[in-house]
Amino acid sequence: MYAYDEIDRTLVNERVSEFRDQVKRRLSGELTEDEFKILRLQNGVYLQLHAYMFRVAIPYGTLSSDQLRRLAHIARRYDRGYGHFTTRQNIQFNWIKLAELPDALADLAEVGIHAMQTSGNNMRNVTSDQWAGVAPGEIEDPRIWSELLRQHTTLHPEFSFLPRKFKIAITASDHDRAAIKIHDIGLRLVKNEKGETGFEVLVGGGLGRTPFIAKTIKHFVHGRDILSYVEAILRVYNQYGRRDNIYKARIKILVHELGIEKFSREVEEEWQHIRNSSLQIDDAVIEDIRSRFSYPAYEKLPHMPDELRQAAADPAFEAWRKNSVAPHKVQGYSIVTISLKPVGGPPGDATAEQMDALADLADKYSFGEIRVGHEQNLALPHVAKRDLPALWRALDKLGLATPNVNLISDIIACPGLDYCSLANARSIPIAQELTRRFANHELANLIGRLHINISGCINACGHHHVGHIGILGVEKNGEEVYQITIGGRADENAALGNLIGPGVKFEEVADVIEDVVEAYLALRERPEELFIDTVKRLGVEPFKERVYATR
Amino acid sequence: MTSPLEQKKIRIAGPSVVTANRTWDGAVIYRTAARNWSADLTDAAIVRNSDDAKALLAESVADDLGAVGAYIAPVQVDDDGTIAPGNLREQIRRTGVTIGLPVQV
Ligand code: HEM
Ligand code: SF4
Repeated sequence: MYAYDEIDRTLVNERVSEFRDQVKRRLSGELTEDEFKILRLQNGVYLQLHAYMFRVAIPYGTLSSDQLRRLAHIARRYDRGYGHFTTRQNIQFNWIKLAELPDALADLAEVGIHAMQTSGNNMRNVTSDQWAGVAPGEIEDPRIWSELLRQHTTLHPEFSFLPRKFKIAITASDHDRAAIKIHDIGLRLVKNEKGETGFEVLVGGGLGRTPFIAKTIKHFVHGRDILSYVEAILRVYNQYGRRDNIYKARIKILVHELGIEKFSREVEEEWQHIRNSSLQIDDAVIEDIRSRFSYPAYEKLPHMPDELRQAAADPAFEAWRKNSVAPHKVQGYSIVTISLKPVGGPPGDATAEQMDALADLADKYSFGEIRVGHEQNLALPHVAKRDLPALWRALDKLGLATPNVNLISDIIACPGLDYCSLANARSIPIAQELTRRFANHELANLIGRLHINISGCINACGHHHVGHIGILGVEKNGEEVYQITIGGRADENAALGNLIGPGVKFEEVADVIEDVVEAYLALRERPEELFIDTVKRLGVEPFKERVYATR
Repeated sequence: MTSPLEQKKIRIAGPSVVTANRTWDGAVIYRTAARNWSADLTDAAIVRNSDDAKALLAESVADDLGAVGAYIAPVQVDDDGTIAPGNLREQIRRTGVTIGLPVQV
């Protein structure tokens, strides 16, 4: 966990009173909507189809049990009893009333949570690996650097009015769980030959109307220089970014138009001016941040406790353990992923009861800590292996032990036309139907790792471009039509998917996906060949032929 | 920001209403003939030509305190006068999400 200092607390509290005043003036007519809109967006308040939507940041996906309980309280007191975890380590509440928002913000501020920079053209929540600090083999806890960037960019005047929103993600593992290649800036912690810690810096990733995979702009930037380097990138962006055209305003377009060589030369030049300035980070600053992250007092525990050996006789437990439990850097402990993708449920939603119960389980079994991942699942990062059977039984009672992590029913989906005012088509019902079709765990396991991503419009909040199977809802003559792509991925080998054929109607989507999966099962060379690898080996054509032959 | 009135020429293809979200809580509302707002579509003022639509939108937008984001939305009107939303989006705004909510209220 990270302990906020006095500066953070003051800043968050000041923001609450400021917003309270702004809401009051809006409701009295002193502020027009035009004047107020930018203020509410700065506090994570959107207007959706049915109500306001409130987006709360969960910096680098780390929550304490008290914070999770407070989110449950917000859901219960101000909303309709649930929240939606998003792909950017935020949570959204869909039914919040403007008049009550200042109270909700004040309640959150008490536990150090806020909604600053969760919308608007500024530096958004810096995201990271949900396994940060516990994943075996990581270079170091990436949250230290996420926090450094968070502090530096929060309310920074130069970054508050960027040409467009700006998203940074950081990873420290070989396997990228933070989807850094689809961020404006992606940072990968690495060590150089001298053993010093620094970053590979990637730039220009993003989805939406014009998707791009980020490109490496520099292979090694020393840790102490990372702020000046990021600032140099932002300055070049601020200078050249297309403020005239919202569709061309993201940094990805600038990188694409200038070319990565020219762009990196510009950044390099800018960087030389500022790298030896006050932006150079003192070791003491990093040490201070590092010291604010507390780690549990792990016990010395056996690798294979009796409890686990005994529970292995229960096939339901084993199915869950094999699916949802991952190795921890400390012997005797595990990382447990909590699937928020129950069969027939909306992906990423959790009820207030589930959040409260999970907070209690975190206290009991995970040193009071919960993580939020971009796949819209949660995790308990420090579970002693001997506690796994008891934890599983408790999760199962809560409907939180669906053993489908990374399988076909672990779908990422945006709110789509059920909630979102920008949507062209629904996402959630498509996801729900697919989870029903693939509810059989044996079938899902036979299929193996397969990510389906669904967005209700081209803004791509559901990351459809990088789904192994991507589903994009569009509107055609007043009807919902879905375009299906295959071959995308969001990890260290990130790639954009390719269309497999003409769009299909709402009612047909699940059938088509079943056909795609059947084609894969027929085409794969051996059971271990993942869907994504079969697509890579064969391309789109054989899938297209099989799926569209009879349509 | 330009107002919706300046953004584009207003042309309607059939019977339409003006809808918005209520400022204090965001609820879906419709402009009534009595120059007020109602949460019930059946209370909505129906316009059938572009000039009327423009006028209704103008007075709606003028109520900046009562409503946010007013715009013209299509409706279907049956022979017996029953009004229904003209597209899926408006149907969802009227009757709510098409999925079961995680918590029943
Ligand atoms: C009221 C709801 C929402 C609105 C109005 C909204 C709006 C947008 C817009 C306009 C974009 C395109 C930005 C661009 O290309 O410049 C976008 C992208 C994105 N949004 Fe949302 N969004 C909403 C909900 C969500 C949700 C629920 C999630 C997570 C599940 C999410 C995560 C993202 C991500 C990851 C991207 C694409 C990555 C990128 O920035 O290129 N958004 N959103
Ligand atoms: S992808 Fe489109 S429909 Fe889905 S949440 Fe984003 S803006 Fe809304």
